[in-house]
Amino acid sequence: MIRLQKPIEKIGGVSLRNHMLLAAGVLGTTAASLSRMLRLGVGGVVTKSIGPESKDGYHGPSLIPITCGMLNAMGLPNPSKEFADEISTLFAANYPVVVSIFGGTPAEFAKVAAWFPDAQAFELNLSCPHAEGYGAAIGANPRTVRECTRAVKAFGKPIWVKLTPNVADISVIGMAAEEGGADAIVAINTVKAMRISTGMRRPVLGNTFGGLSGTAVFPIAVRAVYDLYEVCGIPIIGCGGIATADNVLEMMMAGAAAVEIGSAVYGDISVFSGIAEELYADNGIPAREIVGCAHD
Amino acid sequence: MPITVYLPEKLWDALMTEEHMPVVITITAVIDETPTIKTFVFDKLFDFLPGQFCMVWVPGVDEIPMAFSAANTITVMKAGDATAALFNHKAGDKIGIRGPYGNGFLPSGKVLAIAGGVGVTPLFPLATAGEVDTFILGTRTADELVFPEELAKVTDLKIATDDGTRGYHGFVTGIFDQLDVTEYDTVCVCGPEMMMRSIFDRLAAKGIENRGQFSLHRYMKCGVGVCGSCCIDHEGLRVCRDGPVFTGDSLKDNEFAHHHRGPSGRRE
Repeated sequence: MIRLQKPIEKIGGVSLRNHMLLAAGVLGTTAASLSRMLRLGVGGVVTKSIGPESKDGYHGPSLIPITCGMLNAMGLPNPSKEFADEISTLFAANYPVVVSIFGGTPAEFAKVAAWFPDAQAFELNLSCPHAEGYGAAIGANPRTVRECTRAVKAFGKPIWVKLTPNVADISVIGMAAEEGGADAIVAINTVKAMRISTGMRRPVLGNTFGGLSGTAVFPIAVRAVYDLYEVCGIPIIGCGGIATADNVLEMMMAGAAAVEIGSAVYGDISVFSGIAEELYADNGIPAREIVGCAHD
Repeated sequence: MPITVYLPEKLWDALMTEEHMPVVITITAVIDETPTIKTFVFDKLFDFLPGQFCMVWVPGVDEIPMAFSAANTITVMKAGDATAALFNHKAGDKIGIRGPYGNGFLPSGKVLAIAGGVGVTPLFPLATAGEVDTFILGTRTADELVFPEELAKVTDLKIATDDGTRGYHGFVTGIFDQLDVTEYDTVCVCGPEMMMRSIFDRLAAKGIENRGQFSLHRYMKCGVGVCGSCCIDHEGLRVCRDGPVFTGDSLKDNEFAHHHRGPSGRRE
């Protein structure tokens, strides 16, 4: 198996400890759980998505593990502005923390971004598949994506834009983010999905439908990263179903400069250090030697 | 043909996730335990350890964590929207169950159990399994005692009521202080957090907090250790997956009996 060197240069404007970040929405609501993940070997963390107003989220069931993945519709629960206090200790320690934010308009994105003057970078959630007026509801529109990106870029920090796969052509959205000034693209968020309880004769999720993540979506994510790499000049962070060192390499060959991992913590919260042990070696090659190599 | 496994076993487990769609069960009986507590009996048995919980789906309302009181029962106090809706259910109605989840109690040697109010629920199956030598059961008043007759048959039961309507007049700590707690190898506790804290402090004063096993209750969304809604300060432990039972030494300097978080993640 190919062995890599750990990243030396910044990726998407952020200094990472390795190529694997904790994906948004997973163990990211408290400074304590994010610190724990940093201790458990993540290269960086992306926080839970923070929005203009505090939200409790949808009523449950809101997450169901299923064969080869998990289905969720959390409903963007978040403590809103209070999170700035919560996360301040991590900023003070200069940890690689990317703050995920969402809003319904460019102005709302800017409002939330203003609460985090010490963030290392922002990840714009323009991709949550099941939130009315937020996420993919506005992230499928290239013009809105461009405007939201531009609005947050005004704060002078690296901007990552997380894209939804639930569009006809993801590369169009990726290009819009780049035009808006994005420093990196994160692909993909969950794939719109649902399950029905046959015993209950009704949808299992409290919100009826939600998003699929985990192993089942890995090939979808690889394809999306591959497409984006063809048209975008900024780094791509691959996300979706990564659970092994070989998955990381495959995502890099499709064009990802780094990856985010979320659902795999369900199997093992130490998944990051497990992968790192296999992925890195002192005599490893720089990742740039394989990033996008499947396109040659 | 067996598949060649070259991944570390833990990672392989991450890929081979099981289906966790809620198991739909039919309620066969509803037992009124107290004016605010009912036991719901199912038509299915779950293979659980005392202290483990399940996510109870009340369709159209919510999904909430609830300890098993037996392999086919949950014992529930009316506390919010979902439990109020559950209280309207009767024999023949259906609910969904995900689980068992969490770690459960790990008793060894001589065991003391201490329950406050509905906190008796996860400790009850420990006692019926014959694992509890002494059981202190406390409530505000005699009407609120759950399972006193059943417990008296399987363990040395000591009752405390705040108003003295039955047993010792006072808190469970009053009975606790009359015991030589150093005789016990394991002290399993579930109840209001201030009560658990006072037991914790007493064990810590003797330097034996590691013998304490405390079952915590927190707001939960996923129940399987992914969403982070039940993570506790300051170690980031997940109540649903790393708990809900924590040994006393892991509860030092943490949010235990200090604060908790609501559905949005805000401190309450």
